[in-house]
Amino acid sequence: MITIIDYGMGNATSVKKAYDFLGIKSVITNAPQMVKEGDKILIPGVGAFGDAVDALHELNLFETIKDEVINRKKPILGICLGMQLLAKSSQETKEKEGFGFIDTVCHKFDIDLKVPHVGWNSIKILHANSPLFHTIPDDSDFYFVHSYHFDSKTKEKSTMVNYGYDFTSSVESDNIFGVQFHPEKSQKHGLALLKNFGNL
Amino acid sequence: MLKHRVIPCVLLKDWQLTKSVGFEEFRTIGHPKVTSKIYNRRNVDELIVLDIDASNLEKSINYKTLSDIAQECFMPLTLGGGIRSLEDINKLLEIGADKVSLNTIALKKPDFIKEASVKYGSQCIVISIDVIKEEQCYKIYNKNLGVVHDLDLRLWMHTCERLGAGEILLTSVDHDGRECGYDVDLIALVAKEVNIPIIANGGAGNPLHAVDAIRAGADAIAAASIFHFTQYTPDNIKEVLQKANLPVRL
Repeated sequence: MITIIDYGMGNATSVKKAYDFLGIKSVITNAPQMVKEGDKILIPGVGAFGDAVDALHELNLFETIKDEVINRKKPILGICLGMQLLAKSSQETKEKEGFGFIDTVCHKFDIDLKVPHVGWNSIKILHANSPLFHTIPDDSDFYFVHSYHFDSKTKEKSTMVNYGYDFTSSVESDNIFGVQFHPEKSQKHGLALLKNFGNL
Repeated sequence: MLKHRVIPCVLLKDWQLTKSVGFEEFRTIGHPKVTSKIYNRRNVDELIVLDIDASNLEKSINYKTLSDIAQECFMPLTLGGGIRSLEDINKLLEIGADKVSLNTIALKKPDFIKEASVKYGSQCIVISIDVIKEEQCYKIYNKNLGVVHDLDLRLWMHTCERLGAGEILLTSVDHDGRECGYDVDLIALVAKEVNIPIIANGGAGNPLHAVDAIRAGADAIAAASIFHFTQYTPDNIKEVLQKANLPVRL
């Protein structure tokens, strides 16, 4: 059972719909007890970093998720803002602390191109045996909508994308996974990725 | 590399998906759920559905049918037509829209663009602008308000951008449904005006029309008749764009 965290920040229903389509059991919840009972955690998200951190604390989810991921090694997938929450902090709201599972800070795009970065963009897969990208070809297109990102030096990066410059489009490290794009909106490759996480 | 998008843009009318000609005649193209399922299977980049009953007849938005459509989509979905409040936007996002398209409400109350973009983010707000040619001049047209004489097209685009619009859906009323090609003069005239993506709509009849629209400055193209009344599929258009060295997702 995948617990999809509902913290009032976006598109939990789109992710649930994708798992229903794939025939993989998932539930949308904001109850800490459900997070403890489920065997995987998925954090979707559209919105601002600071609001998301506050919402997770208010719902008593922040510490529960941290404990399940660090002490019980439960697999976690963060999508878009959900990935950014895996970082220590974000330039978007400097005084708020993320989970810190990934030792990095989210940066705002510093380019002459249009921001947010919106649309289909192709990724470079860095490791042939990456669990999330199993069966997904290199250079596949995924759907992005964001203004902040992990920089290209992130140690745990598993794919990169270019928009003005190269940056990290996903991270994978033991039980911790994050994707900057929206797999639930990225057609067959997105569904393949969600399936890969579901089958871990 | 960021790709040019090919987007079916269809109208919900009398519980069916339809396509207009010059905003007047309507041809039925199919059942909402079945048609969306086919679009999803054809791997389209995005889908735009406008509930024109709600926008033209002051009826409430047909959330039930729009929700059926959203259930079939594993790609970004833009919904619009008849949006009158932030609550309407909220409901559309809840049923699975990623973006909403505003037209009449934006013309009547431009500050609504700002309210909506502050609350939901610019990436979520598409402003739909319909354009008609009158005495060799491009004018803003609105199905409810008629030709809007006191508002300059380019000024309106700047206003939309300043108030937080994330994209502009630019439809030529004269070319709509006629499969005669996009109004490339219109696209070229306005493409440089704003720094947000422009989706050209109205007139696609063959894949080369899409090449013309993008070369004229459109970031993405929307179409409907070509997918239903000719032999061309969205992938056919993208193959032709790729041959013309315009990046697409295939």
